[in-house]
Amino acid sequence: MAATTVEAIFSRTCGKDVHAGDVMMVPVDGAMIHDITGPLAIRVFQQMGGERVFDPGRVIMLFDHQVPADSIPAAENQAYMRQFAREQGIHNYDLHEGVCHQVVMEKGRAGPGEIVVGTDSHTCTYGAAGAFATGIGSTDMGFVLRFGALYFRVPETIRIEVSGEFSPFVGSKDLILAITGDIGADGATYRALEFGGETIAGMSMAGRMTCCNMAIEMGAKTGIVPPDALTWKYMEERRAISPFRLESDADAAFCEVREYDVADLVPKVAVPHNVDHVVDVTEVAGTRVDQVFLGSCTNGRFEDFLEAAEILGDRSFSPDVRVLIIPASREEYLKVLRAGLIERFVEAGALVEAPCCGPCMGGSFGLLAPGEVSLSTSNRNFRGRQGSTRAEVYLSSPATAAASAIAGEITDPREVS
Amino acid sequence: MRVWKFGDDIDTDAIIPGRFLTIYDPQELARHAFEGTREDFAAQVEPGDVIVAGRNFGCGSSREHAPLALKGAGVDMVIARSFARIFYRNAINTGLLPLICEQADAIDEGSTIRVDLEEHVVEAAGKRYPLEPVPGFFREIADAGGLVAWARTLEEVELCTGSRS
Repeated sequence: MAATTVEAIFSRTCGKDVHAGDVMMVPVDGAMIHDITGPLAIRVFQQMGGERVFDPGRVIMLFDHQVPADSIPAAENQAYMRQFAREQGIHNYDLHEGVCHQVVMEKGRAGPGEIVVGTDSHTCTYGAAGAFATGIGSTDMGFVLRFGALYFRVPETIRIEVSGEFSPFVGSKDLILAITGDIGADGATYRALEFGGETIAGMSMAGRMTCCNMAIEMGAKTGIVPPDALTWKYMEERRAISPFRLESDADAAFCEVREYDVADLVPKVAVPHNVDHVVDVTEVAGTRVDQVFLGSCTNGRFEDFLEAAEILGDRSFSPDVRVLIIPASREEYLKVLRAGLIERFVEAGALVEAPCCGPCMGGSFGLLAPGEVSLSTSNRNFRGRQGSTRAEVYLSSPATAAASAIAGEITDPREVS
Repeated sequence: MRVWKFGDDIDTDAIIPGRFLTIYDPQELARHAFEGTREDFAAQVEPGDVIVAGRNFGCGSSREHAPLALKGAGVDMVIARSFARIFYRNAINTGLLPLICEQADAIDEGSTIRVDLEEHVVEAAGKRYPLEPVPGFFREIADAGGLVAWARTLEEVELCTGSRS
């Protein structure tokens, strides 16, 4: 029987035909916990009678939300997790590697056909590696640590078919913001979003990660790009793996197919306070910004900073804007460093911070005062997300963020370059 | 049961802001529930009160601090037109009952309601509104008092068996 990519993954794992709507206990290939949601997962694991985790080699631990520890409670939580990792023989990346989703991808800890869970809603990012990856709560994770499996309802799939070539300074973030605006904040609840078509085929792994990352902003259980030659090359550079066919059958039953042509796509901005309030950048151009954040699991990779640097050229950022630049991982930081971009950003007036979630989750640093406005390349602009509930957060691509940081107001990147 | 009424897309940052996520104690989290977006909630909520909301309640983060903060405030159920997926599971797992009611918008702020889980109905201001039954497996976990209590009865799990939803 014809299967979607997601149905094929569950069928492969279970060794039998599985279809959307089936509810079943399924073994997981990887389980990621970080400093915010990890401590509770460990406590739940113990409350469930857990003594040894199901497989220490499949548990991924790291700290990224409040690093280096910004308070004594944060330090205590991290110390608690370090101790657990030592006792259990879990490899702990600690605060050394960066933002969880970037690290899982670049260490090859999620691969095609695998089922990976994480106690973070943006775990869906690993769909860029062809994995079925989804965010879960700490109690579900306690269960996973104990039993190595979790109940899943196999989701229906919405296929997003993308064709055409992006205009200069328009890219994957503008595409996914446009899709989010169309589908809405709950339009894909309990469904998978499968991205395909010639534009996705020609898109970098970084761009695919940006698209899959934001699937949750439409309520989706996961986003996924069926693995192609680029995916397998990315995986082979990171671990021993043999390619196999994994894609939706030609006659697979999608619950919906949406088609996009990006040739006419323009830079997009999500306006306060919902991710699906998406407009063309021209509609909000001229809005004063106090802070610009370039980074996060959505857009904290080398190509994002390269695009920002190209727009910056030899100019300076506006002295009225606090520009925070945070590469998503040590690996990406080194690429940015070796390309000379950090020197350029610092010369231009930016603060370049070590890899972490930064202001995205509004708990650690870079918080906003009442009345302040932030433009961010991250994934959420909920009221209070980056500080005061009387502040405003706009979301955009790295190109739009860079152009706006130069001008001190939201700016169409096509006009600055 | 006094109703606290909320709108659509109530996100987890509104329920419990990011700066309180080093806290895990439900009572302490409850002191910061809806801080900055609905200041009267933490000060005035009483055990047994109910949240009634529109579409997509609990969207955003996977943080379980959100249902825990509501539980800590003495709220045992949330009635909404729909729920975000991760929040729904987290609520079931932590013993906060998420109930779907298509006509939730008709229930007024401050009203007193009665919920009948056997009849799947909520009564407000003399009117009865249907509730969607909690699906079988989730009901089993909810009846056990949450996933921890349910899991404690297990020695191991049977893989790749299940049912149709």
